[in-house]
Amino acid sequence: MDEILEILETNARVSLEDLEKLTGKSKKEIEKAIKDYEKKGIIVKYKAVINKEKIKNGNGVVALIEVRITPQKDVGFDAVAERIYKFPEVKSCYLLSGTYDLLLTVEGKDIHTVASFVSEKLASLSSVKGAVTHFMLKKYKEDGVILSKREKNERLAITY
Amino acid sequence: MIAKHIKDLAPSGIRQFFDLVLGMPEVISLGVGEPDFVTPWRIRERAITALEEGMTSYTSNKGLFVLREAVSNFMEKRHSLKYNPEEEVLITVGVSEGLDLAIRSIISKGDKVIVISPHFVAYPALVEIAGGSVIYVPTTQENNFKIDIKKLKEALKTNPKAIILNNPSNPTGASYDAKELYKIWEQIKSKDTIVISDEVYDELTYERKTKSFPALDEKARERTILLNGFSKAYAMTGFRLGYACANKQIIEAMTKIHSFCMMCAPIISQVAAVEALKAQRDVLEMRNEYKRRRNFIVKELNRLGMSMPMPAGAFYCFPSIKKFKISSLDFAKRLLFEEKVALVPGTAFGKEYDSYVRISYANTLDNLREAIIRIERFLNKL
Repeated sequence: MDEILEILETNARVSLEDLEKLTGKSKKEIEKAIKDYEKKGIIVKYKAVINKEKIKNGNGVVALIEVRITPQKDVGFDAVAERIYKFPEVKSCYLLSGTYDLLLTVEGKDIHTVASFVSEKLASLSSVKGAVTHFMLKKYKEDGVILSKREKNERLAITY
Repeated sequence: MIAKHIKDLAPSGIRQFFDLVLGMPEVISLGVGEPDFVTPWRIRERAITALEEGMTSYTSNKGLFVLREAVSNFMEKRHSLKYNPEEEVLITVGVSEGLDLAIRSIISKGDKVIVISPHFVAYPALVEIAGGSVIYVPTTQENNFKIDIKKLKEALKTNPKAIILNNPSNPTGASYDAKELYKIWEQIKSKDTIVISDEVYDELTYERKTKSFPALDEKARERTILLNGFSKAYAMTGFRLGYACANKQIIEAMTKIHSFCMMCAPIISQVAAVEALKAQRDVLEMRNEYKRRRNFIVKELNRLGMSMPMPAGAFYCFPSIKKFKISSLDFAKRLLFEEKVALVPGTAFGKEYDSYVRISYANTLDNLREAIIRIERFLNKL
């Protein structure tokens, strides 16, 4: 992967000046590369990873839902997936190999909201054969970042 | 009470400065000689399992055979170097012990050893403890802190028993390519001088593939003690683990001393090191990160008027402070007191380097950025 992408993937807020110093490339080159990545849909969006466990009252619920579906003629899984992932409650949607087909991340303000989404919107689709809902209890790690505790690495201030 | 030759070791001004740094809270330290990463989890996890499995015993003096074999395979893959794991590889407690063993194995009282300056602090100290005398060959910024062949030729006329090379170098980050190493070897080849090649930063080279000294030719392999370890590349400093590769005779002698003073390296570290050598992905990620920080810090220091050749390896740079007409110890002390940034005065690495400081960029980008702001403020006051 290009170095610019590597840096942005860990810190999307890095300034153009820093990118220039870190990579040794010129500002112009970097700006052009980033625009290009955005245009091609390689960089999709810039977001913050938020540890919602630490926000009081701001906590909704998250569920991972395994969905078994019947593929449709000619369009296979894609058309069914599209009907499902277009719901704004669905935050992510993956097609998987194995005992079920789609894995969804669904967010809602409480259990009832998610439950009614599953029963009214999801299970009612004719191509959905079944759904298993797992409510998330705790997040330990997200986007490669450990949320629960920090590692200590206390080095001596001076060593050879 | 203390032996005279021990009392006289190392300049005391710098030791006092270090005590100052260690006693001061909230300092941004650019004086650290170890990675800021913790050891990759797969390696730590293996160490934990080793403890659970009850691996708490001694190992053979030379170290676990599986580890020696892994080292041997790694050397073959990386540098096309063949070392017999039975007889030509020794596992040591860090490269520090390997260095001590190498020197003590070959140096008798009065033997001369060439040390290239600026040098890692332990080189002259260990030579002197072993009863040898040091022939310094200083390098200059103008020559990118690389050996001047003419000066080397002169020094070799004193018929030294050994020469210690450090590639890439702590404190300058200078790194020799194959062609430069051949030129050095050409001078040494016709003598009996043994090469002690400290390559602990070899995996942290940023510009190109490196050449290991013993890989130059068969004769170089016979006459070189290759030292390397796990501290820097795998961020395993606290595991204290290194290795030495050399001909059978030398490894036997080193093992003799090692068996009396150390017995063996810690078994948990050895098991973890076997795991470390299985994959290079973490090393690659850390190397990329160091490289970016190097680009950042060198560009910023140059902007502040602290010039230096671009360091090609390790995680140090050795900028000049000549412009500011201040000694390196005063510079370091004032920077510490006035702006709470620590670095190492150049004289720690050789008396000729009073207008240089060593800066380690094994630190987070945020810390480096803040350190630069403070250094800039400090320089404006000078």
